[in-house]
This record gives sequence, structure tokens and C-alpha cells, in this order.
Amino acid sequence: MVDVLYFAWVRERIGLPKEQVETSAATVRDLVAELCAREERYAAAFADLESLRVALDQDLTDFDAPLAGVREVAFFPPMTGG
Amino acid sequence: MTVRVQEEPFDFGAEANAFATGRTDAGAVVTFTGIVRDLARGDLDRMVIEHYPGMTERALEKIEADARARWDLRDVLIIHRYGAMGPGDMIMMVATASPHRVDAFEAAEFLMDFLKSRAPFWKKEITQSGEEWVASKAEDEDALSRW
Repeated sequence: MVDVLYFAWVRERIGLPKEQVETSAATVRDLVAELCAREERYAAAFADLESLRVALDQDLTDFDAPLAGVREVAFFPPMTGG
Repeated sequence: MTVRVQEEPFDFGAEANAFATGRTDAGAVVTFTGIVRDLARGDLDRMVIEHYPGMTERALEKIEADARARWDLRDVLIIHRYGAMGPGDMIMMVATASPHRVDAFEAAEFLMDFLKSRAPFWKKEITQSGEEWVASKAEDEDALSRW
């Protein structure tokens, strides 16, 4: 079980900020595929992975990163601080 | 070294003064502040900034530690707001203190470059006609390569 968090337009497209997901996905990319298979709103949010970023346990990483031992996965668009 | 992520406004003058006053170890203090800019059409109602509590503080502390490892810094201050703000409101500030001017300037630029595309903040612009997430710019990502 992992906590999956969504921010900015990813949160709006999926329609919730956070959920718990039961998954045996090996990598972030596998988790995305599982989510996309669930419902259209996930497929819409994850349509272009190039325009998304992912953090595992609050560290930026990439979509091929392994999920073993990870408690928190966050998906969001490129950041626009400053 | 201070990192503050807050919803409430901050007093730029008071923060800059408190940061710069009473130093004998640093001959140079540089400050930068980011302000909500109106849209070209002049119709920005407000800007809302979302962030990722927990990761935001971690990311800012890492950027600050990277700057300290690279330049001779005696102090660093980073304040970044989230929530709703209007045109002209201050969004964030950084301040650097160093014995040397070049270190203070360069470190402030470095902090800003990384803060823009590595700290988890997202800006949304709200006008009478709707709302839109601000898109990241390729040049913001490119700016990181100069460091």
C-alpha cells in the first residue's frame, strides 16, 4: 500500500489530492499503467509523461525508478516557484 | 540559515534589515524578492500558489545546502509564500550574506534558479474569464545548466 499524491492540474484532472493504492508495481511507470487502466480520468492525467514529474518519498526521481520500500509517490507538473 | 514556507505575507524591509543588521562576518548582503506580476492584459485577479508540504521544505533546504557548499556564505534566508495573493504582492525572497560580493550575488542567483524549477510550487493565475496553471518555461530548466 502506497500513498499517492497529486498536485496542481494533475490533482484537478484526477479529482482528488491523495489516495491509498494497493499495488505490486515494480516501477513508477508500472504504477502509472495500473492507474491508467482504472479509469479515463487517470489516462487523461497521465497522457503525456514528458509533461509530468514524480517524487518518491519527497525526492524527485524518474518514471523508471523502483517502488520497493516507497511509502509516498507524488505526481505533478513541472514546478513554477520563485 | 533559515527556510520559511508560509501563507501569510512577510515584511520585506523588516526581513532584509534583520538579516543585514549587526553583521561583522559578512561584508556583502544580496536580497531578491519576487512579486506577483499582472498579466499583459492587466486583468489578473489573483494568483494562487499550491505546494507540497514536507517536500517543499526538504527541497529548499537541499538547495540552500548546495549553495553553502559552493560559496562562502555566512547566512542564507529563504521565504516563500503559498495560497492566494494579488498583483503587487510579494511571493518570496532570498537573502545571502558573504564576506565577498561575488559569492553573495552568485549564490542568490543559484538559489533563485533552483527554487524556480526544483522546489514543488505551482502557480495558478485567476482572471474574470477563468483560471490557468502557469506553464514552466524551457529557459528556466536551461538556466540550471550554467551551474
